[in-house]
Amino acid sequence: MTDLPTDLTRATAADLAGALASGAISSVEVTQAHLDRIAAVDGQVHSYLHVDEAGALAQARSIDDRRRAGETLGALAGVPIAVKDVMTTKGLPTTCGSKILEGWIPPYDATVVSKLREAGLPILGKTNMDEFAMGSSTEHSAYGPSHNPWDLDRIPGGSGGGSSSVLASFQAPLATGTDTGGSIRQPAAVTATVGTKPTYGGVSRYGLVALASSLDQAGPCGRTVLDTALLHAVMGGHDPMDSTSIDAPVPPVVEAARAASVKGMRVGVVKELGGEGYQPGVRARFDESVALLEELGAEVVEVSCPNFEYALAAYYLILPSEASSNLAKFDAMRYGMRVLPEGIDAPSAEQVMAATRDAGFGPEVKRRIILGTYALSSGYYDAYYGSAQKVRALIAQDFDNAYAQVDVLVSPTAPTTAFKLGDKLEDPMAMYLNDIATIPANLAGVPGMSIPSGLADEDGLPAGIQILAPATKDERLYSVGAALEAALVDRWGGPILDRAPVLGAAAAKGA
Amino acid sequence: MTTVATDAVMDYDEAMTKFDPVMGLEVHVELHTATKMFCGCPTEFGAEPNSQVCPVCLGLPGALPVVNEKAVESAIRIGLALNCEIAEWCRFARKNYFYPDMPKNFQTSQYDEPIAFEGHLDVELEDGSVYRVEIERAHMEEDTGKSLHIGGATGRIHGADHSLVDYNRAGIPLIEIVTKPMVGAGERAPEVAKAYVSALRDLLRALDVSDVKMEQGSMRCDANVSLRPRVGEPLDEAQLEVPLGTRTETKNVNSLRSVERAVRYEISRHAAILEGGGSILQETRHWHEDTGITTSGRVKSDAEDYRYFPEPDLVPVAPTRETVETLRGTLPEPPGLRRKRLQSDWGYSDLEMRDVVNAGAVELIEETVAVGASAGAAKKWWLGEPSRRANAEGQDIVTYAAGLGLTPAHIAELDGLVAAGRLNDSMARQVLDGVLAGEGTPTAVADARGLELVQDDGALEAAVDKVIEANPDVAAKIRDGKVAAAGALIGQVMKEMKGQADAGKARELILAKLQ
Repeated sequence: MTDLPTDLTRATAADLAGALASGAISSVEVTQAHLDRIAAVDGQVHSYLHVDEAGALAQARSIDDRRRAGETLGALAGVPIAVKDVMTTKGLPTTCGSKILEGWIPPYDATVVSKLREAGLPILGKTNMDEFAMGSSTEHSAYGPSHNPWDLDRIPGGSGGGSSSVLASFQAPLATGTDTGGSIRQPAAVTATVGTKPTYGGVSRYGLVALASSLDQAGPCGRTVLDTALLHAVMGGHDPMDSTSIDAPVPPVVEAARAASVKGMRVGVVKELGGEGYQPGVRARFDESVALLEELGAEVVEVSCPNFEYALAAYYLILPSEASSNLAKFDAMRYGMRVLPEGIDAPSAEQVMAATRDAGFGPEVKRRIILGTYALSSGYYDAYYGSAQKVRALIAQDFDNAYAQVDVLVSPTAPTTAFKLGDKLEDPMAMYLNDIATIPANLAGVPGMSIPSGLADEDGLPAGIQILAPATKDERLYSVGAALEAALVDRWGGPILDRAPVLGAAAAKGA
Repeated sequence: MTTVATDAVMDYDEAMTKFDPVMGLEVHVELHTATKMFCGCPTEFGAEPNSQVCPVCLGLPGALPVVNEKAVESAIRIGLALNCEIAEWCRFARKNYFYPDMPKNFQTSQYDEPIAFEGHLDVELEDGSVYRVEIERAHMEEDTGKSLHIGGATGRIHGADHSLVDYNRAGIPLIEIVTKPMVGAGERAPEVAKAYVSALRDLLRALDVSDVKMEQGSMRCDANVSLRPRVGEPLDEAQLEVPLGTRTETKNVNSLRSVERAVRYEISRHAAILEGGGSILQETRHWHEDTGITTSGRVKSDAEDYRYFPEPDLVPVAPTRETVETLRGTLPEPPGLRRKRLQSDWGYSDLEMRDVVNAGAVELIEETVAVGASAGAAKKWWLGEPSRRANAEGQDIVTYAAGLGLTPAHIAELDGLVAAGRLNDSMARQVLDGVLAGEGTPTAVADARGLELVQDDGALEAAVDKVIEANPDVAAKIRDGKVAAAGALIGQVMKEMKGQADAGKARELILAKLQ
């Protein structure tokens, strides 16, 4: 067994799980170590919207007791986790980064959360996100942005910037995410962590507060490919509560991550993802990673997906359309915020609804509700929503054609490294372009993963490589990801996060 | 509350000389599945408010729908019974609009891909003629919650002090059945509308898919009415080619009688407006049962845009042809054929059968015969006092009888008492009154009221002798062969016996003594 670092927060989930299983450490110790770390650094990073110290420790104690009693426990039992605030947690606040849900305590657990509880993962808290997952930076969180541990003046990606920064600042060994257009993968790329968007339907959406139902997919976030695979295996699987859930076993992701092989695989480089608009340093690390894959025994070819060009436009019609409908339920009638309009005696339900939505939703949410309402309006439906669905079909066809030639596709995950907080806040188009490489996978429902590819020369910040596989072949992401990760770590001489700046009291002392 | 009529109306017969009515009926039927359309909550009527709810039907953030397979089966069976085609592949859609009793602020419904479409239902009218109602579609959707608006004058949300919402009904499976424009009915339009809803109710009851209780809202009717100029007979080619007029939609017309009245009222109201040179506002109308009028509801020209789009949370419904054929095999005998069979079994004339059908008493008679009554007696008793009283109450006979606890077994028992000679006809009527008054079973009522024919022939014979003696003239006529004169003596015998005698037996005795 690998020796654990003295600081338990630096250990991988796989190593923690091993040490827990052997009895070398207790879940209470591991959980407390992370709670201490949160106390030390989250003031700087602001990854969490809610920390559940008592709940996490209670869960940890219960797991320790059960282990001592000789119960057979799951592979990750006792390893603590952070949960994105878009997933309902019974008894714990769930805000989705929005004022409109401030104070709401869901009466039920999302299926993913139930699975985490059943598998014995203590829940440390809920992580920050762009409001209702709309954004690529967490700057649209109503509770303030999270910061990138590599440079606190920069964004940690979004919408899952809370989860990515939690991992990069060692405030949890694992985290959950949701990915509608890149919200798992882009944050992973800019923080040098790992994140997978599984095949659409691979992980239950029950209890995920919906952004765009046909695009949303929950997935695992970790610091290593194996850790991510272990969490994927816990989160995934059929759920009768979600009609769109795939009725098949979770693909063999853990086995694939352990096998870590690309020998004989055909890897396609997507011609349309990586040209103009991609930062040179991001591009350079990507090219090196592709060369490494070739060295590892993969056959690399270039493939063209001509319709990807229209993906962003189609995405920004489908997403707002669905979101405008999904967010209609926030009407101040049954839960969440209720605002009485000023200057109106005995306001009507409609007036209360309008005042609440005005006060409760942030500008990006309002922008997308308006966009979506417009796109679905009679007379515009065919031109907007209808055309976007056609583009969607064409993109799926591009993937089909590509996968007829290759086993996996690769591209840079995001066009740039982390930008400065505030840089793109006033320019929605610039913000939307962050997801240009990740969106096609959501439109087609295929799985994708981001792993670190290195640091860009020009700014020393992390870049990511995206691996895409055909629907239901999620294990291929892990084979390729784990093989490439091993080769890169070897080249770097250790995990890339070892190079991230030191945070917390140590940093303050000038260490 | 009472709503005062303010609209001008034209005499119906006059309206019919000038205009040709066209109707379209939308009927919502709550299925009586054990659970809701998209979650596992129970559907029972009348439970404590908000006790039959869960994250799904409350539309809590994150909750997702799952289609109730039983509801889909019922929808397909309804479609088949309406002679519809069944979609090989169809989707749900979201109908987006804000209303506090709709938890998600969209209704999960079907839009351009209904589960069943292009069917028809043949409806028999009171005179025995048949009107074919073309069915446009039958689609699946979920019901909304129920709002109760407290305070204010109208009981509607505007002007109310506050509102209470019960979400028990939210998510109950609904089938909406939409007709094509019903043309060619002419002056019989109101009757056709009623007959259609009645036939549909019978069909749904036979399918055992819904309680079809209009008074509880498990079957609700919206009636669209428009008028166009009359240029000939209703079915004339030229008349059918006249473009349709602007329609109004009268919502929630919740009894058969109201369907007929509401259509009739709207025809008269439209006619008055059109005759005065005005134009019809396309709007929804509220029906007022008490005053028999409609009032303006929501104007449709500021057209609500429901922004329909395919429901992304649900996968398409794609019943295999095998499934459809299996379900077709479960369809009950069509009510029309069934009636013909029953008529022949019961030996009713066409007119008698029509009376039974119009009274809505087919099932009651069938059950009554099944528990031992003769078909003639079953008809006689059901169509008598119970039917008369139900009519007076504005209720259908089934509901009325159920409300009073009058069962087919009671009628059969009553018939048995008559057949056994314990009661005569007038005594049986008294017993039925007692049963209707809740005094118990026929036997119990007869016992309690001391109603029993005198079985002692001696007493009857004595009475007969006494009456013959007192009426020598009449007796002489009978001796001369004028048998009809016996009636006068029977009446006196019955009086003598204080009604407690069998009139038939009295007649026998009189004739025996005088011939």
